[in-house]
Amino acid sequence: MRIIAAIAKKEFKSYFVSPVAYVLITIFLILSNWLFFNMYFLDKEASMRVFIARMPWIFLFFVPAVTMRVWAEEKKMGTMEMLMTLPVKDYEAVIGKFLASFAFLAVCIALTISVPMTVSYTGDPDWGPIIGGYIGTILMGTAFLSLGLFISSLTENQIVAFILSLLVSFIFLIVGEHFVLYAIPNAIVPLFEYLGFGSHFMSISRGVIDSRDLIYYFSFIFFFLFLNVKSLESRKW
Amino acid sequence: MIEVKNLTRNYGTTIAVNDVSFSVKKGEVLGFLGPNGAGKTTTMKVLTCFMPPTSGTATVDGFDILEDPLAVRERIGYLPESTPLYTDMMVEDYLSYIAEMRRIPQAQRASRIKRMIDVCSLRGVLKKDIGALSKGYKQRVGLAQAMIHDPAILILDEPTSGLDPNQIIEIRQLIKELGKEKTIILSTHILPEVSATCDRVMIINEGKLVASGTPDELQNEAAGDSVLYVAITAKQSDIESTFANINVIKASECISHSGGRYSYRLVIDKSQKDCGASVFQLAVERGWVLSEIRSEQLSLEDVFLKLTTGDN
Repeated sequence: MRIIAAIAKKEFKSYFVSPVAYVLITIFLILSNWLFFNMYFLDKEASMRVFIARMPWIFLFFVPAVTMRVWAEEKKMGTMEMLMTLPVKDYEAVIGKFLASFAFLAVCIALTISVPMTVSYTGDPDWGPIIGGYIGTILMGTAFLSLGLFISSLTENQIVAFILSLLVSFIFLIVGEHFVLYAIPNAIVPLFEYLGFGSHFMSISRGVIDSRDLIYYFSFIFFFLFLNVKSLESRKW
Repeated sequence: MIEVKNLTRNYGTTIAVNDVSFSVKKGEVLGFLGPNGAGKTTTMKVLTCFMPPTSGTATVDGFDILEDPLAVRERIGYLPESTPLYTDMMVEDYLSYIAEMRRIPQAQRASRIKRMIDVCSLRGVLKKDIGALSKGYKQRVGLAQAMIHDPAILILDEPTSGLDPNQIIEIRQLIKELGKEKTIILSTHILPEVSATCDRVMIINEGKLVASGTPDELQNEAAGDSVLYVAITAKQSDIESTFANINVIKASECISHSGGRYSYRLVIDKSQKDCGASVFQLAVERGWVLSEIRSEQLSLEDVFLKLTTGDN
């Protein structure tokens, strides 16, 4: 446990030593705020529905940028060898790094607090969907994170990690969309619908917290963390 | 302390280490010597449990590298080749991170870090980013992280590569100092380093162990015919006919002469012991004036070349 905490602490700090983190946070905040507020005052609707609905598309680019360097850089710099010859279990390293990027993501999401504040100042919103929306956003972002971390562990090139994560995340975003579902044989429609992020995200962000959606997200996150551990072990093959 | 048995490691179809067995006693400083790509680094990576062997096994301080990798890692301090470090961390933060990862109890952490700072003379760079350090300082940070938990075994992969001569001497002295109480394996392709620091040398070539022993033993083992340089003041014809009549002198060659003084290079068969004394005896018998006599020592360099280039 102490080891996981030590890794997480070090990794979290390392986000902030380079200016990249600040640039990322800034872009994230400007983008998410702009995409919401440019229509908010015209729509005259005191809800964060639009804001939450944009989140998957912003995360599509934002999360791979957060995760791309995590393992790829260790591999490239050779520090992987240093890390993996310390008395550390593979899963401890994976969880430590995962927690650090989760904390970073949580900071970014917390910084959007200005949005619900504005909404509650300008109107009288229904808080159910807002809280549900935030829970959905965190779950979806975390799912993207674990996917991105796994992909980062496959390569030593950050750009490759970024593009691959973006691509795979995009696939998970769209497989459940209607235009995909229309195009595929009926028999596999439920499977695709289940695999896609869309349906799970939408039902949570309406404020309906269903255990099936939670199970989906948690198993997604766990599955890719598991693959991440396996990919660390693959150095031994 | 370290027992390696029939260790083999392949990368795909290339065999990096081929059936190597050896053991290292407690408190011994063992040098791996070999050309680049000989399998030194791979052997170290296996011993530090970074990668498992394809076949064979090893135990470190009684712990098997496959069954108890964490116990093995705890006992080893490792400095990988080219000293990979987190370049964006400050030296101070890096050392305390490693101390934490090494499970050094909180109460001792500060004193261990301070000790490392003193031993590796890092006081002046504590607040600097590792990325901004010179190669020599990076190497010292690498050594500090390897020793911070006071391991019984140190494995150092080319600890002096890229350092300037002064730093090399410093690091070698440090290794010698440490070798008094710790078991050390170091790899190098710099030959004087081995004679300067190691109790025992293992020469590895193409994944195989080709020789092992103390630096002196290796020199003697590989020695062939001895070569003697002599300078004699006498009649040249007398000298040459005498040399020609002695069987153990396989060849004699006049290198230079000035006045009545002739310098010869003699190749003497390895069966003849103590050739210097014999030549002296000969000169006394013949009434020659012997003004110089010196034997050519086969250096570790020659041993190394002999064993690794195949014309043995």
